[in-house]
Amino acid sequence: MASGMTEIRWHARGGQGAKTAAQLVAQVAMKEGKHSQGFPEYGPERMGAPIRGFTRISESPVRLHCPIEQPDVVVVLDQSLLGTDPITEGITDDTRFLVNSPDDPAEVRRKLGVQAAEVMCIDATKISIDEIGRPIPNTPMIGALVKVTGCVSLDAVKESIKKKFLKKFGDKVVQGNIRAVERAYEEVKSE
Amino acid sequence: MAELVGLTGNDAGAEALKDVNPDVVAVFPITPQTELMHKFSAYANDGVVETELIPVESEHSAQSACFGSAAAGARTATATSSQGLALMSEICYITASTRLPVVMPVVNRALSGPINIHCDHSDSMALRDAGWIQIFSENAQEVYDNTIQAFRIGEREDVLLPVMVCLDGFILSHTMEPVELLGPEAAQKFVGEYHPAFSLLDTDNPISIGPLHLTDYYFECKRQEVAAMENARHAVADVGREYGELTGRNYGIFEKYKLDDADVAIIALGSTCGTAKVAADQAREKGIKAGVLKLRMFRPFPGDEIAEIVNAVGTVAVMDRSISFGLRGGPLFNEVRSFVNGGCPQLVNYVYGLGGRDINATEIESIFAELVRIKKSGDTGELYRYIGLRE
Repeated sequence: MASGMTEIRWHARGGQGAKTAAQLVAQVAMKEGKHSQGFPEYGPERMGAPIRGFTRISESPVRLHCPIEQPDVVVVLDQSLLGTDPITEGITDDTRFLVNSPDDPAEVRRKLGVQAAEVMCIDATKISIDEIGRPIPNTPMIGALVKVTGCVSLDAVKESIKKKFLKKFGDKVVQGNIRAVERAYEEVKSE
Repeated sequence: MAELVGLTGNDAGAEALKDVNPDVVAVFPITPQTELMHKFSAYANDGVVETELIPVESEHSAQSACFGSAAAGARTATATSSQGLALMSEICYITASTRLPVVMPVVNRALSGPINIHCDHSDSMALRDAGWIQIFSENAQEVYDNTIQAFRIGEREDVLLPVMVCLDGFILSHTMEPVELLGPEAAQKFVGEYHPAFSLLDTDNPISIGPLHLTDYYFECKRQEVAAMENARHAVADVGREYGELTGRNYGIFEKYKLDDADVAIIALGSTCGTAKVAADQAREKGIKAGVLKLRMFRPFPGDEIAEIVNAVGTVAVMDRSISFGLRGGPLFNEVRSFVNGGCPQLVNYVYGLGGRDINATEIESIFAELVRIKKSGDTGELYRYIGLRE
């Protein structure tokens, strides 16, 4: 990690919205006057295949054009990925994990197989089913991320979701996503 | 300063075309370019631009449509990647030799085979002798800025050549970054109205397009292309300077990063230059005076200007994201080397990132460290190297 930069690595399965989340957080950071970058890792397009996304937020222009290797925050959208190598690749003692899971953080830590770092979790799948009607955990994960990192403001996230989703999906979906973000912001659990 | 908006490299290319509002755009999808023309097509469909959109059935047809449209005197653009560029290559040579200033973002992707969708420069490098101006972009902002400038560069009366605006596939095309936009009014004022000196539709001044040139005139025609390419050197610099006066973002034929006091340096194209700047900063924190020469204009090739820098620094690695089988080393290395021989610098080549293999700042930092070893020992060692390769 470079000084003054937060590097967030997203792990998900194709179809869970990790690309949208990685880019949305970057866009919100830009709106707040920060420099940022959001990009997915591309492979063959297969629903359900493990994918990664990346977000950099910085006080100065982001010049790096390579994947994040030593993340400050690892966000896991699908708990079936816990225990696989890519999740813990390059982590340091300071890396923080935010995992979509109904379990408590101690159990998630056991599944992750890490000693150090900080582990937090949120049942984002349940929240998205409750509030949006579909198991797409990306927006609640953003809500939880905002709570635990403060990388961008909650209001700016909600505003951005409204702008991004209103035309494409309509007001009902927007309101569901905003409720999901707010709930995850409140319900995220630390150790 | 205008508001920064979050755009991918593809978005930035589409925004630039939208702001220029070309007369004709030929459209055909190919990964990773597809989103660029997808977005521009939406603008055309929604009436945001007045462009005549031509959905074609292949890239060969895309370039052919561009040829016809530009010959008719219309400001013309298309975009492609990889196999698409290879398929249209036959017509690309004809567009250039007919002196038609078509603008084409090329979202760099490896050529098959084996089949691959990720970034390297083998597609545009394969066309380096097609007679097109080639400009590379480091980030999404440069994609936008270079695309707008490309119209002015290509359309200049002493140039009249087509222009490829190269951007790294996925690494730029699918990465969202902050971009400052000129907007249509300022962009169109900058590029100006296009009034070609020759047009098929100008029936008062009839011309022939594409006549047969056998032993009588083919040679002279090629000589004229050489002269146009020479003029393009000045056009790229002049337009870049003027764009800088308008936007505060100055563009030259290359960018020198911390080269003035550098003991070692690398030369590279495209998005890698940003990562290399970070690597140079990290190396400097460890006491290595490292610099980066970011080459923006690959065609025409600014060999003399590069040689001056390489000879001054003395120990330089040239990074190639493509390969030239049987030549030993990549095309950029061999072109740089062909200009610097008199100065006897220590020059090595690193082929990297083929088929989208990642390159990070730590790896580039290791190249700087190796250059320091070469400088101290006086032993260049193996000239042709690979980085990030499993052997």
